[in-house]
Amino acid sequence: MHPAYSVIFFTVVSGMGYGLAFFLGIGLLDPATMAAKAAYLSALGMIGAGLISSTFHLKNPHRAWRAFSQWRSSWLSREGVMAILTFIPLTTNAALCVLFDIQSLPLGIAGTVGAAITVYSTAMIYASLRTVDAWHTRLTPACYLAFAALGGTLWTLFFDLLSTGSNALQLSLLSGAAIAGALALKLQWRARVHLQVPNSTPETATGLGHIGAVRLLERPHVNDNYLTREMGFRIARKHAAKLFRLHLIMAYLLPIIMVTLVLVGLTFAGFSAWYAVSAGLSLVFHTIGMFVERWLFFAEARHAVMNYYGG
Amino acid sequence: MTSLPQGSSSRKLGLVIDLDTCVGCHACVVSCKEWNTGGYGSALSDQDPYGADVSGAWLNRVHTFEVIPEGGEVIGEAGEARIVHFPKSCLHCEDAPCVTVCPTGASYKRAEDGIVLVDEDKCIGCGLCAWACAYGAREMDLAAGVMKKCTLCVDRIYNDTFEEVDRVPACVRTCPANARHFGDLGDPHSDVSKLVAERGGFDLMPEQGNRPVNKYLPPRPRTALAGAAALKPGQPEEESTEGATGFLRWLDVALDRI
Ligand code: SF4
Ligand code: SF4
Repeated sequence: MHPAYSVIFFTVVSGMGYGLAFFLGIGLLDPATMAAKAAYLSALGMIGAGLISSTFHLKNPHRAWRAFSQWRSSWLSREGVMAILTFIPLTTNAALCVLFDIQSLPLGIAGTVGAAITVYSTAMIYASLRTVDAWHTRLTPACYLAFAALGGTLWTLFFDLLSTGSNALQLSLLSGAAIAGALALKLQWRARVHLQVPNSTPETATGLGHIGAVRLLERPHVNDNYLTREMGFRIARKHAAKLFRLHLIMAYLLPIIMVTLVLVGLTFAGFSAWYAVSAGLSLVFHTIGMFVERWLFFAEARHAVMNYYGG
Repeated sequence: MTSLPQGSSSRKLGLVIDLDTCVGCHACVVSCKEWNTGGYGSALSDQDPYGADVSGAWLNRVHTFEVIPEGGEVIGEAGEARIVHFPKSCLHCEDAPCVTVCPTGASYKRAEDGIVLVDEDKCIGCGLCAWACAYGAREMDLAAGVMKKCTLCVDRIYNDTFEEVDRVPACVRTCPANARHFGDLGDPHSDVSKLVAERGGFDLMPEQGNRPVNKYLPPRPRTALAGAAALKPGQPEEESTEGATGFLRWLDVALDRI
């Protein structure tokens, strides 16, 4: 599948924003601190930037409002509806926090639940497609949720360290657990992709398997078309393997080292706001690692229509 | 509404495509584009139409496959491999995933005859329906930014101002090999249903669970050229030149000599 930058940016950045919103909602940061205010604004900023970027890939964005109408059947519509619904408690709590140094727990919980459902809906857009074997699994939403949780804990840890570090110990332990969880799920997801036998083949696509082995002789025309550009993206396996290693190093290995440094510092030397540098670096690495992951998520996925195009 | 129609009528209009007779001439491809660029919805645009990198939206395309029986030899015409031309357009699936994924309600399946259509005024051009279709039946029009697909020539088949023979999809009307048939596949007594039953018509990619309405008829078994040559001694009646007279007799003798 063609890796569209707008969609990669949207899913990675808004995923992290919703992760941060998730932990803000359950009150892990003290709303009186500057850090909490900055965290709320960052969460809203990431979610907003992601949603705006997602409209860049629409060919008629001025009608985007119509996408809220089909939540009964469409995960894309559900995602849109949930994104808007989640904005309500999230922006209210952000305003309360910025203006009055307080936040409401019921609203926070509503935002937390909304954030989780939104991320789940995003993932289900992909997981519900029977045409893409690699995506059509429960592991896809599991990974998306795990990545949002991981990004969210790293951001929350970062902001906590910027203020009083009151929850820093728990948050760094939680970050470690989130890294391990996300890593385990992603490895399982990828192992499944590599073991998979394609659900559809040129034989089933043409129904000619009863005669023999089917091979494309000629495409309908010599140039690319919308379908081959959109669905026919291919990446050499050796590059994919290299990029996946890069993902592992950036998204999990370097962040766990950074988080361990924080943890060691907290345990043996007490709190210092300087630890925020380490947490900040973990975020930078993790974000790069996630862009690589999301690029591969699309680039490696094979669409069933390629059975008609010899790909 | 992009939920699929519930308890819909039993009418299932669709195509039956004969892979035995299709000669791969692409006439249906061209007549489809010709009709639909001026018909339903926006025109079917081409990008860089006279340049080297021309491409555009087409609703019907013909692919060509080579099928090699197990242990079959591939030696040009004499081998066992056979060429099958394969026209493909929307199959108007009963469980159309392209419809249910659409966030706007632009894609829908008609309850009365099962035709799957796009209301272009609602389409935001997100492309998700094209991702959901396993058959490559949907192509984005890059000029209008809306999704295009086969309408089963909904603007022909119900058009009372047309003569009866013309009230079929443009591709069916055009096909010089009569490889395309149009009718109600929900009616077991219709001509198309009988044809499917007779010839063992099948679904494409049944494992995708879309329950396509359109059916394909398999190529008939053939004798490889090598096998046909072996038939020589007992040549079929119509190939015998015995009894030819006059010019034809002379031609027969002359050709035998060469
Ligand atoms: S062939 Fe594709 S576009 Fe047509 S109804 Fe089936 S899934 Fe939808
Ligand atoms: S491209 Fe148009 S018809 Fe297709 S899913 Fe998006 S809005 Fe619906």
